[in-house]
Amino acid sequence: MAEVSLEGEQRVFMTGNEVVAWAAVAAKVDIIYGYPITPQNEIMHYWTRLAPKYGKKFLQTEDEISAGFATLGGVLAGRKAFTASAGPGNVLMQESASMAEMMRLPIVYVIQQRGGPSTATVIYAQQEVTLTTFGGNGEGHRIVYSTATHQEIFDYTIKAFNMAWTYRFPTFILGDGYQAKMREPLTMYNPEERGMELVKPEPIIGDTTPGKKFKHLRNTYNTEDELYDVVMSNQRDWEAMAPQVIEWDEMGCDDADVILLTHGIVSRAAKGAYDQLRAEGKKVGFFRPITLRPFPDEQLKKAIKNAKKLFIAESAYGQLVKLVQNAIYGSTIEIVPMLRPGVGITTEELVDEYNKL
Amino acid sequence: MQEVKKDNILQPPMPSCWNEETKPHKFCPGCGHGIILKALGEAIDELGIKDKLVYGCDIGCSLLAWDFFAVDTVQTHHGRTTPVITGIKRANPEVIGVAYMGDGGGYAIGSQHLFNAAVRNEKITVILCNNCNYGMTGGQMAPTTLPGMKTETTPYGRDTEQTGQPTKGPEMVAAVAPEGAYVARGTIANVRQLKGFLKKALENQIAGNGFSFVEALASCPTNWRTNAKQTWEFVEKDMPQYFKIGELRTPQGKEG
Amino acid sequence: MAKVIKIALAGEGGQGVQSIAEILAEAANEEGKQALYIPNFGVEQRGGVSIAYVQISDGPIGAPKFQKADILIPLSPRAVNRTKIHAGPNTVYIYDNSLIQEGEVNDNIIGIQYYDVTPPCPTAGMPGAPETNVEMPNHDLQQELIAGEPKTCSFTKSGPGIDPADVPSEVKRVIPIPANDIARNELHPRVFNMIILGAVIAATQVLPLESIKQALEAKLGDKFKANPDLRDMNFKALERGYEIIKGSM
Repeated sequence: MAEVSLEGEQRVFMTGNEVVAWAAVAAKVDIIYGYPITPQNEIMHYWTRLAPKYGKKFLQTEDEISAGFATLGGVLAGRKAFTASAGPGNVLMQESASMAEMMRLPIVYVIQQRGGPSTATVIYAQQEVTLTTFGGNGEGHRIVYSTATHQEIFDYTIKAFNMAWTYRFPTFILGDGYQAKMREPLTMYNPEERGMELVKPEPIIGDTTPGKKFKHLRNTYNTEDELYDVVMSNQRDWEAMAPQVIEWDEMGCDDADVILLTHGIVSRAAKGAYDQLRAEGKKVGFFRPITLRPFPDEQLKKAIKNAKKLFIAESAYGQLVKLVQNAIYGSTIEIVPMLRPGVGITTEELVDEYNKL
Repeated sequence: MQEVKKDNILQPPMPSCWNEETKPHKFCPGCGHGIILKALGEAIDELGIKDKLVYGCDIGCSLLAWDFFAVDTVQTHHGRTTPVITGIKRANPEVIGVAYMGDGGGYAIGSQHLFNAAVRNEKITVILCNNCNYGMTGGQMAPTTLPGMKTETTPYGRDTEQTGQPTKGPEMVAAVAPEGAYVARGTIANVRQLKGFLKKALENQIAGNGFSFVEALASCPTNWRTNAKQTWEFVEKDMPQYFKIGELRTPQGKEG
Repeated sequence: MAKVIKIALAGEGGQGVQSIAEILAEAANEEGKQALYIPNFGVEQRGGVSIAYVQISDGPIGAPKFQKADILIPLSPRAVNRTKIHAGPNTVYIYDNSLIQEGEVNDNIIGIQYYDVTPPCPTAGMPGAPETNVEMPNHDLQQELIAGEPKTCSFTKSGPGIDPADVPSEVKRVIPIPANDIARNELHPRVFNMIILGAVIAATQVLPLESIKQALEAKLGDKFKANPDLRDMNFKALERGYEIIKGSM
């Protein structure tokens, strides 16, 4: 395990899972509940090792359903808490996520995607996009960040807690097995030393101050109309939140004929392809949604205005394509998909496919 | 059982219900699974039930047995082998259903299924490999991890104040299963006895008496990080301090 | 865009492929370069073929895995087969032409899911190495100590070795190096992977040998202090591998 001080800026070289553990310490997380599933196990391994020194708590529960609900308990009690999972475990986490969506609980999930469906591979995929963006009952409100580098894992894990506790939507960090297991450098820091405010959690229930007013929390309703009002109220909060939270990255879309659209780790390969093709004089653009929810709809519509083709590459069978189609509905741009479920995508492969267009 | 001559040397016999093509098997050197499955294979051969057998395995190291036997096999999701085999048996009672899993599949994520199958006296045979950790995923704590034992999620030793005592699965099953159930705990340190338990468990299903459950104490030197001597000491001396060997329930209420 | 050097190492489980890769990547990082290292994982923790992908660059690195390697180093006949797809016209192909016996585990199993990215201790079992802690012995157990037949490759038993005819023909250059034999006969079987690491440094020309020695020192400094012979052995192995490749390039 690396020697990390979290005082001042420190350049480190470690795996993505270890970054998550340290980012949680930097964000002042109190407790993790978890259950083993590859490729995110090491988050728990590192957390349990650093726990005594930093006064952190941990419980390995009997399964992911329990881990998710215990984490909800943690946030209800007013502590920063998160859990992590992957693949079939992510499927089980949706139960607790759905309760968090209805009850507006500030829970954070870290998902390291693996092949699917079912047990499939433990290695890598981008096949949990739909599940992570629209799991639960399929329409609940949640925030999803798709990271591409270890620096982003560190930065966005800290940000996830701030967003969750500010806007009270369950928040996901969507990584993958490659990011979890690969080693690369990043700079760790103490967020408050950089002038970042860490949102303070407060108890939702269980504030034991004498005389305080009690709260009754529920996620069930009696009539159709009652439910409609609750869901629409959440929807309005969501719409108000979206412009503050949406993040994306784009390059060269103004004069591009073909725009490369990717997310997560594939966007690194796409950046390389963008640089290479532009150096060859090709009019290519780069677009990367960083928040998959809320998705940068307006930003994408604007970016593709003058382009002829939208070249979408993902390590899944059409999950990113579906989000994009939903976002740009009405546009007549030709979508050219490069779909590689469960398989990594390199710069060379992107350039080859581009040259076939 | 087949006796095989290879390079003119007599090889140890392989149960005929084993799938020859997938041997040598994939388990680590010193793994308890190999020994349990050998005992199970011999029991199946002796009872002559190979053709009726459906074998289910969990994920985790038990998943490495997905092509182990020359019988129909289904690898399920974690903890869900018991309900899948229950489903098969109820739909087709001619089948002899065996659900094979590890400590996580039976006592953690699968505990609700094990409990309920026992309460309903499902006519299936559940066999559980207890090696005190989650091997496949790298050696995390299991419900059966011993107090003070170091694992990847208890790097300073299992604190029973925080995480409870090791789970006693057969005792739980024995307490809730109705009359007709067979419950036992064996060990790879006594293979003859273990095979006897497995045979009685299968006979219990064949006779249609009720639920049968056998836990087997097993080794995991890879994640225990022990050498041969330490491994056997752990199985033979340390584990039985928490997990008593023997039969806990036999039909007609007789204690073993 | 800065050039990215792509290095793929592959060998039998237990040969220490991941050790080499980790030290290489850490040394590159210490030199201020961008480095990315990912092991293949998901299968074959105990035995079978172990592959490591390392990329080093002065600029950003894209996808963690790649198709064609600049330097490809298979260390066993099975590794040769598994890494054929990574050989291209620009590949420098370095292989171990010692007579090494492969492990018994089927190479294509759905195997143990866990791969500890922290590699096993390179000094395990070496003469003069500090006593292993019995409570939690170091992570690399010699296979002879575990009951049952050895599943990973043997450092001491001979096997058929790599058939030169299996080496891909459309590569830039092929350099055989009898690393296992040198380690076994002249140094110690355990420093076999240090010879390979020295060879990689000479082949890539991307880092000075000194940076590797520093990385080793950082990693194993305590063990070296306890037994300076270990340091000598490891450094000698590094230099040996370096010299052989330097002479061939």
